[in-house]
Amino acid sequence: MATVSTNEMKSGTKVLIDGVPYAVIDNEYHKPGKGQATNSIKIRNLKTGRVLERTLKSGDTLEVADIEEVEMQYLYNDGEFWHFMNPASFEQIQAVQSAAEEAAKWIKGEETCRVLLFNGVAIGVTPPNTVTLLITETDPGLRGDTSGGGGKPATLETGAVVRVPLFVQQGEMIKCDTRTGEYMSRAGK
Amino acid sequence: MKGEQHWRPSATLETLKARAELLSSVRAFFVARNVLEVDTPILSANATVDRHIESFSTANGWLQTSPEFAMKRLLCAGSGPIYQICHVFRREESGRHHNSEFTMLEWYRPGYDHHRLMDEVEALLHAVGAASARFERLTYRDAFLRHAGLDPFEATLEQLRSVVRFDSDAGAQASERDFWLDLIMSAKVGPRLGLDVPIFLHDFPASQAALSRINGDIAERFELFWRGIELANGFHELADADEQRRRFEADQAWRKAQGQVVPPYDQNLIAALESGLPNCAGVAVGLDRLLMLMQQLPSVAASMAFAGDRA
Repeated sequence: MATVSTNEMKSGTKVLIDGVPYAVIDNEYHKPGKGQATNSIKIRNLKTGRVLERTLKSGDTLEVADIEEVEMQYLYNDGEFWHFMNPASFEQIQAVQSAAEEAAKWIKGEETCRVLLFNGVAIGVTPPNTVTLLITETDPGLRGDTSGGGGKPATLETGAVVRVPLFVQQGEMIKCDTRTGEYMSRAGK
Repeated sequence: MKGEQHWRPSATLETLKARAELLSSVRAFFVARNVLEVDTPILSANATVDRHIESFSTANGWLQTSPEFAMKRLLCAGSGPIYQICHVFRREESGRHHNSEFTMLEWYRPGYDHHRLMDEVEALLHAVGAASARFERLTYRDAFLRHAGLDPFEATLEQLRSVVRFDSDAGAQASERDFWLDLIMSAKVGPRLGLDVPIFLHDFPASQAALSRINGDIAERFELFWRGIELANGFHELADADEQRRRFEADQAWRKAQGQVVPPYDQNLIAALESGLPNCAGVAVGLDRLLMLMQQLPSVAASMAFAGDRA
């Protein structure tokens, strides 16, 4: 069992607390000149994204979480699992709903995603930063409006809903930023 | 992660010039006051046995964590007022405000008590251009009442524990009041001290006397805080050799019980105290931190030519 001590923890170190994997965001050392030293660490739960703070006695150790992030190609969803393939080894893994649901609304197949593995099991999926998708449903815009002011909701082929300018129509391909969930531009038909 | 820029200094050249100016204005301050500059060994056969200060050991002795013992031996030998600017070493201390090797300014004033020495610390910081306002003074008790909502002398162990977050196993220390007081100091009190003007915290609990005189349940000890950062620690110095030996032995016993390294304490200091330490007060100032605050640097590393990550 590999462990990491408070004085080795840096931003990005992955630790295990009560069986849950966390990423260290920040680690601050405190010590009264003649008193007990502590480290306050800010950590992000890698399953839920929630950020917590913990105060530890300096020199204490935590178990290192077996975490790796791998680039994988999204294959398909069988109704229960999302399937991904490592393009180098052709190894396939499946992700459950809770791990894939944030990414699922942006991917339709063949995209290269980053899959977060904890003890070899997928616990998170990050879609590509930008995706190009088809608008399957949106209200017709007002004739003559080309300003893009205001906007309207548009449903994409993957199920995501984004706000688009009024001149963008059903059946068009658009480019979106998955980090902000925003429309970027038209992508041509 | 050793980047290609790793050979470069941690501080800018501009900061290094400010550092040189700070050192020369400190020296000018003491020259004008007839305080003698001294230079004592960094490597010693003995070390501190302070419960929370870890010394580096070498094949030939210990690196000093402070020049205190040697300087007190000089005082006992009749040196009169003395100061020293030197490097000190503390194992396991590393962070935004800590570097294992750092520069300490330490001085001793025969005939002074801790309050009179606080006046001189303030005069020094004014003289080097660090601050111009009058400093505040606050007792340890009032600081806790103000910022942690409890009386550090009267609160129960349960009350102390309830105001601070702690997620490790405290082990045998869980029943020590000072352990919880230290955590509260780090998390709640210290960061709120001296945000406006520098502030002297004084009258520590007797259990945190270190090498200071005890008067009732109060230790005649002070610390200086500025913008939430501890800058100095001073004592009305303990002169009683028997009491000093008892404290060293109690600290050694504590270290042994905790399974920590137990260094030999300085018998020469005890012998010197037996021959007589003049009534005096002494203080140590972290010069890297002082420069960091004066120059508004993001870390203590940015005040040094080469910080621990590239030393």
